[in-house]
This record gives sequence, structure tokens and C-alpha cells, in this order.
Amino acid sequence: MIPELGHFSLVLALALALIQATVPLIGSFIQRVPWMRQARALAWGQLLFSLIAMGCLLQAFLTDDFSVVYVATNSNSLLPEIYKVSALWGAHEGSLLLWATLLAAWGAAVATFSRNLPLPVVARVLSVMGMVGIGFLLFMLLTSNPFERIFPMPREGRDLNPLLQDPGLALHPPMLYMGYVGFSVAFAFAIAALIGGKLDAAWARWSRPWTTVAWIFLTLGIVLGSWWAYYELGWGGWWFWDPVENASFMPWLAGTALVHSLAVTEKRGAFKSWTVLLALFAFSLSLLGTFLVRSGVLTSVHAFATDPARGTFILVFLCVVIGGSLALYAWRAPAVSGGGRFELLSRESVLLANNLLLSLFTALVLFGTLAPLIYEAMGWGKISVGFPWFNTMFVATMPFLAFLLGVGPLTRWKQDEGERLVKLLWPAFLGASIAAVFGGIFTPLESEHWFLIPLGLGLAVWILIAHMLAIWDRLKHKSGLGALFRDFAGGGRSFYGMVIAHLGVAVFIVGVTLVSHFGIERDVRMSPGDVQEESGYQFHFLGVENHRGPNYMAARGHFQVTRDGELVAELWPEKRSYFTSAKPMTEAAIDWGFLRDLYVSLGEPVGDGDWAVRLYYKPFVRWIWLGGLLMALGGLITLTDRRYRVLAKSAGKRTT
Amino acid sequence: MRLYLLGLLALFSSVTAAYTLEQFQFDDPKQTLQFQKLIEELRCLVCQNESLASSQADLAQDLRAEVYEMMQSGKSREEIVDFLVARYGDFVLYDPPLKPATYPLWFGPLLLGILGLLIWVRVIRSKKRAADRELSEAERQRLQELLQDADGDGKQA
Repeated sequence: MIPELGHFSLVLALALALIQATVPLIGSFIQRVPWMRQARALAWGQLLFSLIAMGCLLQAFLTDDFSVVYVATNSNSLLPEIYKVSALWGAHEGSLLLWATLLAAWGAAVATFSRNLPLPVVARVLSVMGMVGIGFLLFMLLTSNPFERIFPMPREGRDLNPLLQDPGLALHPPMLYMGYVGFSVAFAFAIAALIGGKLDAAWARWSRPWTTVAWIFLTLGIVLGSWWAYYELGWGGWWFWDPVENASFMPWLAGTALVHSLAVTEKRGAFKSWTVLLALFAFSLSLLGTFLVRSGVLTSVHAFATDPARGTFILVFLCVVIGGSLALYAWRAPAVSGGGRFELLSRESVLLANNLLLSLFTALVLFGTLAPLIYEAMGWGKISVGFPWFNTMFVATMPFLAFLLGVGPLTRWKQDEGERLVKLLWPAFLGASIAAVFGGIFTPLESEHWFLIPLGLGLAVWILIAHMLAIWDRLKHKSGLGALFRDFAGGGRSFYGMVIAHLGVAVFIVGVTLVSHFGIERDVRMSPGDVQEESGYQFHFLGVENHRGPNYMAARGHFQVTRDGELVAELWPEKRSYFTSAKPMTEAAIDWGFLRDLYVSLGEPVGDGDWAVRLYYKPFVRWIWLGGLLMALGGLITLTDRRYRVLAKSAGKRTT
Repeated sequence: MRLYLLGLLALFSSVTAAYTLEQFQFDDPKQTLQFQKLIEELRCLVCQNESLASSQADLAQDLRAEVYEMMQSGKSREEIVDFLVARYGDFVLYDPPLKPATYPLWFGPLLLGILGLLIWVRVIRSKKRAADRELSEAERQRLQELLQDADGDGKQA
């Protein structure tokens, strides 16, 4: 009964979405205020019924209702409760439900925090979000109903994929989807502006905080995913340019470009049509990302759905959304171009280069991800495009971006003098050169990519010092740390948020450079009692014992790591065999540190009580995720900027 | 207890078939690194996007052993790669080889990059000539109205 309630809720949500997509929109054209007013209530209604559907599915999971196909295939009576909750979005149907629910939540948020927006704008934005909602709800109801029943009811469920039984992965999809879906708000604002023909600075200011929030979630989602891959997959890697990783990275790149482009549009009224185009692309890539993973067209570790009916729906949906929005753009955008003059040396110019580089790299990732499909479809043979190609493209484009990152914050709008910039930036250049030389000294000569270490360290220091200089330049007429705090507490949040996000990039570069070139990986055979020495650490293997988990058996190794005779860490890597899965799972044991990780993963027994063991020494690997977290934190700080607080206050005044 | 034993049995029967971290001994530590690098860049053909280095599939184990044998018998990296490509096609290589069929893959990005540069130059040129059009007074007022921006200083980076 309860699953049927969930099913009906979805149908009701669809009905509301249909009204939301049409009535307020039409109302905005014929200027019927009551029609437009419906939008907010409808958005809340959609959220309500989506939440009811989520609740019903959750109830089915928690009560082990295996008569629901989705529960039977993704849960098991032995599955720990917490993973019964996360199993909700552990596979295709449920993750779509999560998508639709988050979309409804974003819609309700727009409805709530848009009190100071003109009613026609709110009506149009929510209508566009309703249209997207229709697509997802129809997709679910027609091809992927999470509430479908099975008869006779199986006595036991097939269990959640063991790879997904992990706290990191329980959180990863909601974060990522919050980001994906969040770009639908930027998309809806862009479409609404195109429809209304009003692409002004006000539009940029409205959609900017929404875009930033979505970008923050997407950043956190990617960080979580990468961290999960690192500790859960047991091969010590954190990024493989897997199609699914790329699927989340492309909207992030486009979104990053969008965040910067919006800044120019808000400040200077320039780049308007470009900003709109980026908003359309960021969301289109989010959709593409969602569906690339879901349709099963790509062979990758994450693809868990293969079904031609779904594929067709997805293709049509993508064509309608992307084709439709681009057609609208082509029709309306020329009417809204404009913007002021600027010189070669100006912040606009640097940000334009930033946007072009980010877009170029997005295009390259898209191309590399789809190339194997294109080659196969055209009959040009089967090829793989893997990490070496992507890394080459990354190294060929991103250092320019990192260089500009140091220049941009110090450059003035409209026009700047080269001389002034040189005078300001020479300490950064000097510091970067010293770091590069220092990096060069420690680079092993036979290393294939010898130039990457000096380059990476140089760029990181370049960014760091340039931003210190930017703060100094900003506060040069004031003095002392007090001025810094006053500025931060006052009107400077947006500036300091930017600085922190950019420093995140520097931290990320340091992490990637050092772990890629100084990380050590060793496969060894160890008997209990053996000691292996690695980078000054002694790994003592004490043996393997059996251990029983709630729904698996594990062989659990015990290692003691010492340095100079002192105990550094005790590590218990596991080899798990879930009762419901034939494939053994590796649970690596990691002693994490700010400057290095020690990582042990247990391989296979190789006879005579010996085990194959993989030892890793990973210097600065945490900095990769720390950099990502700083970027997200920077975004969060910009959201507390005064102009948004002022907005919120005036909104509050209006409603009371 | 029985479940426990069954679990153990399942564990060991599944793992004895699968060797992930075999010991491949080379006399020269340099060769070990070359071997590691090579098997990382080769695709396990039956897996979902996993390299020979990380895969546990039977085929991956056989291929690892084969690559090892070839290296031990003094074959160069090129010879080994050629042999594998002859047998499995370019699909086995994560690093797509440069040949006419892959020109778009390798030179397409270059063209895109040049295109981007051209766009940048063009926009800058046109913007240099563009009339300096700040927001007009009417527009500014409208913006203020729309935003209900009380202090309206808009000062930030």
C-alpha cells in the first residue's frame, strides 16, 4: 500500500509540475497576477509530494519490503540501517527520485528567497524549473519507476553493491546532485531572462548567489567522490578520468567559468550573452552527466543501468532541453548584447581568457569522453582515451589558467598599465622562480615529466604571493591586521572569499604535483613478522585474522608502522567478502597526515601464510581535497557578502 | 558458526583464483618501474575501465604475466605494445597512438585552442573600439529599484 502511495505522489507531483510549467508562464505574458502567484505554491507542492514519495521508498527500505523491485535489488535484511537509507539513491531509479526531489527543493528555495524579485521573473523561473521537473518525473514514471512491484515476492534482497556501502559514498550522490540540480536555477534564470528580453546587471546579481551555491555543492560532491575512490577502491588513485568522473567535472568547469563570467556581467554589464550561454551549458552538461552515467552507453565502473527505452527517452529529453534552449538563445540573445569598452590589459580581458580556457578544457574533456563512442559509431575502430591523453590536455591548458589566476585579482577593470602590474607582481614572480628552482633540484633527472615539478610548485607559489599582494594592495592605505579584520567583517567578504578559493587552487596544485611525482607504490610479499622499509617508515606485518562484519566476512591484516623505533600507526587493512557478492572487496587502511598518507592494502594470500601486500607512501595527497574544500569555503564566504545580506534584509522588510 | 565457515570458504575460494599483487621480480629496479608504468597504461579488456595494474580479472592476470615474460626476454616497450595492439587493437591502449585515424583526437584540441585564441583577440579588438557605455542613469536607477539595495555602494572585487 505504501509504495503505491509513493507512486501516486509522483503522479501528483507530475500534475503539479505540468501546471507550474504553463500557468505562471502564460500569466507572465498576459499579465495575470493571480496566475503568476500560483508559481510559489506549486513549487512547494512539488516538494511536498516528492518528499512523500521519498518517504514511502525509505519506508520500503527500512521494513525490508522486497516486493518492491528496487528494494529487492538494492537492499538486504542484513544491510546496516544507515546503508538502507543511502541505498535509496544507490541505483538508477532511486537516484532519479533524489534528482527530482532536489529539483523540487531548489524550486521551493527560489520560491522562498525571491520575495524581492519582480513577480514575472519569479513566475518564469519557476515555470522553467517545472518544465525540467516534468522531464524527470515522466522519465521515472515511464521507464524507471522506483515503486514497481514484483510477484512472487523474493524472500531476500540482492543487496546494495558493496562498493557503495561506505559513508563517503552515502553522501557523495546527494552533494553532487545538489550541484547538478542547482545549475537548473541558473539555467531557469537564463531562460527567463531570454524570454523576457531583460538581460541586465540585475539579472546577473539575482542568479549569481544561486550559481555559487550550486557550484559549492558540486565542488564538495567531486571532492567526496575523489576521496572515496582513493580509500575505497584500493588502488591509491584519486582521479582516473573515468567517464563518470568527467561527467561531474564538465559541469564544474562550465560552472566555474559561469561564476567568473557572472562577476563581469554584474560589475560591468559585459559578457551578457556569453554568461547566458554558459548558464545553458552548465546545466546541459549536468543533464548530460546524469544521463551519461545512467544510460549505460559508457563502459565504466559506475554505470549501473543499461536499457534502450531509457536511452531513447534520455536522448529526446536532452535534445529538447539543449536544442530548445539554444534555439531560444539564437533567437533572443543578439537583442541583449552590449557592455562597455575595455583594453587588452584589464580585468575583463583576463577574465575573458579565464572563460575561454575553462570552456576550451570543458570541450576537450567532453571530446575525450565521447571520442570512443564517436569512433565506434562511425566505424573508425575501437579506441580508448584514457588518463595519458587527458593529462596531456590538462597540462597543455591549465598552467595558463593558473598563471592568469595570479594576474587577475590585481588587474583593474577597464584599463590597466603594464608597468603598474609588473611593479606589483615582481615579488610573486621572484618567489615562483625560487620555488621552481627548488623543485628542479629535487626532481629526479630520469623522470619523464621533469618540468612538471618546477612548473607546479612555481605556479602554486605564484598564486599564493599574488593573492597576498592583492590583499596588500587593497589595504595599502590602511595599516595593521585590524584593518584586515575590519575589511573582512565589513564589505570585503566577496573579495576574501575569492582569495580563499584561489588559494585552494594553489593548495590543490601542490598536492597533485607532489603526490604524482614523489608518491611511492610497492607490491611486496610478506609473511607474518616481516618488516618492509619505505621512505623512512618500517611496516611490520603481524598477521591476518578473520573478522566478521554485519553482512560480510573479512580477512583482516594487522600492521604496525614505526619510525625511528617509535610507533606511528596501527593499520588494519581488510579483504572483505560480502555474503551477497562473489567479488572480494579491498578495504585499504590509511594513516592520514597533513604532509603524507601511509596506505596499506591487503592483496591475496600467496601460500605458506604469506600475503601479497601493497604499500603506498603518498606525500601531500590530502592537499588535493583540502584545496577543493578551500574552494568551496571561499564560495561560501562570498555568499555572506554585504550585498546579499542587504538583499536578505530588504526582503525581510518587504514580507513583514 | 557454520555461516562463519561458509563465509571463509567463499572468501578463499574466490581469492585464490584472483591474484592482484603478484610478485614480478626484476633484476633492475628501473625495469620494475617501467613494468608498473606499462601495465598502468594498458586496459583490461574485459573490465569496466580498469587498467591491467589494478584489475583482478583472469585476463588481466594472464596479460600481466605475458607482459612480464616479454620484458624478461628483453623485448622493448614498443615491441610489447605492438604485439598487444596486433592482438587486441588500439582499444588496449589508454594512451591513443598517433596515426591518421587519431589525428582528430590529437590535433583537434590544438585547433580548438587556436580558435579560442582568435576569439579572445577578436573580442578584445572590438571592445577596445566599443563606445564606453556605462549603465545609463535611468538603468542605474532601475537597477537600484529592482535590487532594493539600501546602501548601494557595490564595493567589492
